[in-house]
Amino acid sequence: MEQTNFQLKKQDAQSNEWSARLHHATRATREDWMGRGISYLCIGVIILVVASMLWFITSKGLATFTQNHVNVWQFLTGTNWSPDTGHIGAAPMIVGSFAVTFAAAIVATPFAVGTAIFMTEISPNKGRKLLQPVIELLVGIPSVVYGFIGLAVVVPFMRHLVGGSGFGIISATFVLFVMVLPTITSMTVDSLRAVPRHYKEASLALGATRWQTVSRVILRSATPGILTAIIFGMARAFGEALAVQMVIGNAAVMPKNLISAASTLTSQLTSGIGDTIDGTLPNNALWSLALILLLMSLFFNALVRVIAKRGQLKHER
Amino acid sequence: MNKGSKLAMGIATISLLLVGCGKATSSTSSKSSSSSEALSGKVTAVGSTALQPLAAKAGANFQSKNSKVNLTVQGGGSGTGLSQVQAGAVSIGNSDIFAEEKDGIKADKLTDHKVAVVGMAPVVNKDTGVKNLKMAQLKQIFTGKITNWKEVGGKDQKIVIVNRAQGSGTRATFENAVLKGATAIKSQEQDSNGAVQKIVSSTPGAVSYLAFSYFTNKLQAVSIDNVTPTDNNVENNKWKIWSYEHMYTKGTPDKVTAAFLKYMDSKTVQDSLVKDMGYISIHDMKVTKDAKGTVTQS
Repeated sequence: MEQTNFQLKKQDAQSNEWSARLHHATRATREDWMGRGISYLCIGVIILVVASMLWFITSKGLATFTQNHVNVWQFLTGTNWSPDTGHIGAAPMIVGSFAVTFAAAIVATPFAVGTAIFMTEISPNKGRKLLQPVIELLVGIPSVVYGFIGLAVVVPFMRHLVGGSGFGIISATFVLFVMVLPTITSMTVDSLRAVPRHYKEASLALGATRWQTVSRVILRSATPGILTAIIFGMARAFGEALAVQMVIGNAAVMPKNLISAASTLTSQLTSGIGDTIDGTLPNNALWSLALILLLMSLFFNALVRVIAKRGQLKHER
Repeated sequence: MNKGSKLAMGIATISLLLVGCGKATSSTSSKSSSSSEALSGKVTAVGSTALQPLAAKAGANFQSKNSKVNLTVQGGGSGTGLSQVQAGAVSIGNSDIFAEEKDGIKADKLTDHKVAVVGMAPVVNKDTGVKNLKMAQLKQIFTGKITNWKEVGGKDQKIVIVNRAQGSGTRATFENAVLKGATAIKSQEQDSNGAVQKIVSSTPGAVSYLAFSYFTNKLQAVSIDNVTPTDNNVENNKWKIWSYEHMYTKGTPDKVTAAFLKYMDSKTVQDSLVKDMGYISIHDMKVTKDAKGTVTQS
C-alpha cells in the first residue's frame, strides 16, 4: 500500500513535471514570440512615421486654405506666384512639373524598352554582362551629380543648339531622361523576363519571326509591367528636386515654350524653404506645394496597383 | 517590386538609421579635454548662408580657445535663422536682413547684434561689354523695361536676368536699394550666391547681383553712376547696396552665447578674420543704417 502510494506520488510528480514542460513555453517558442514582437514593433514604428508625416504635411499644407483663406481653385489655377506679396498661384509649378515628367517619360520609354528587349531577347548574355552593370551604375549616381553635369554640359549645349539661356524644360527633360532611364529599363527587363516561356515557344512554333514574337507576344503580354515601369519612372521624375532645380532656371512663370526658364513644385520648394518664416503665408504656401507632391505620389502608387490588378486578370484568362 | 529592390530598400533604410545615429552621437559628445577656462556650454547658430562662412570660422577659433564650448554653425537661410531663434530652438539666428523686414517675426522680442557688413553689386557676363550703369537703368533692367544690352551701351544681346529666390536676404537688400518699391520682372531664380556666380559667368547676356566676396575675374562687376563697388565706398555709403550681417538672440543671451557675441565684435575677429573673408568690418563703417533704410552719419 505504501509502496503504491509512493509510486503514485512519483507518477504524480512526473506528470506534474511533464505538464509543466508541456504547458510552458520552450526556448524555441519564446524566440518565436520575440521575433514576432520585434517585427510588429518595426512595422508599428514605420506605420507611425508614415502616418505622422501624412498628417503633418496635410495639416501644414491645408493651413494656406484654412488660416490664410486662399481659395483652393485660385491656388491651383492662378499664375502669379509671389508669396511675399500674397499672390500664390501654383499653376506655373504644377504645369512645369507635369511637363518635365511627361516629356522625360516619353523620351525615355522607347530607349528603355529597346534596351530591355536587347537584354532579354536579342542578346541576354551581353545584356547581363555589359548593360546590367551600366544600368546599375546609372541608378547609383547621386542626383546632385546629374544636376551638375546638366549645368556644366547640357545647359550650354542647349544654348548653342536652340538659343535662349539654355535653362528650361528641355534641359530638365534631358537630365531627367537619363535619370529615369535605368528605373524604367530595369523594371521593363523584369517584366519581360516574367513572360512565360511557352508563350514564346508557341509563337515561334506557329512560324512567327523573332520580331513578330517580340512585338506581338512578348511586349503585349508584358504591357502591364512596362506601364508600371513607366509610372515608377514618372514618379521619380516628378519628385526629383535637386537636379531639376539646377537646370530649369526656377522662374515661377507659365512655361511658354521648352527653352525658357520654368520651375517645378520641387524646385520652388527647395529654393524657397530657407527664406520663409514658420506660420506665415509664404511658408504655408510651400507646404501646400508639398501636399500636391504627396497627393501625386499617392496617385502614382494607386495607378500602379490598378494596373497590376488588371494585368493579373489578363494572365488568368 | 522584386526581391532585389526590396532588399536594397531595406539596406538603404538601415544605413540611413545608422548614419542618423552616428550623427546624433557625434553632435552630443562635447569635447572632453579640460581647460582652466570656466566657460562651457552649447551654442547653436543657424541661418544666413552669407554669414555662415564667417560664423563657422570664428566659431572654430572660439572653440579652440574655449575647449569646453560646443559651438555649431548651420546654414538654412535668413528666414530659418529668424524663425528658429524666435521659437527658442537655437541660441543665435543669423540673418542678412533686419528682423523688422520679415513678416511673422516679432522684432521687439529679439536682440540685434551686427557683426559685419556685406556689400553687393550688380554683375554681368563679360560678353555684354557693360561696365557702368545708371541707377535708373539698373532699375529698368530688373523691372523688364530694358531688354537688350545695346540700350545701355553694350553689345546687341538679349538681357537674361538671374534673380535670387524670393525672400532671400540678398535679394531684399538689392531690391530695397535699386528697385525702391517697384516689382522685379519674373525671371530665373537661383538660391545661392555660388549658383549665381557660376550662371552669370557662363550665360551670355546674364545679369544678377552678388556679394563682393563672390566676385571673380570671370564676370564683370558693374559700377553704378561711376561709383565702383569697393569696401571704402560702402563704408562712407557712396555705394548704396549693402547690408548688415545680424546675429539675433532672444531675450538675454546665456553666458557662452554672450561671450561668443563679444568675441565676434572683438578686434581679433573684426580686423583680420572679417576682412580676410571678404566682409567689411562693422568698426570701419562711417554710417549707420536702420531697419527702415535710413542712413545717418555716425
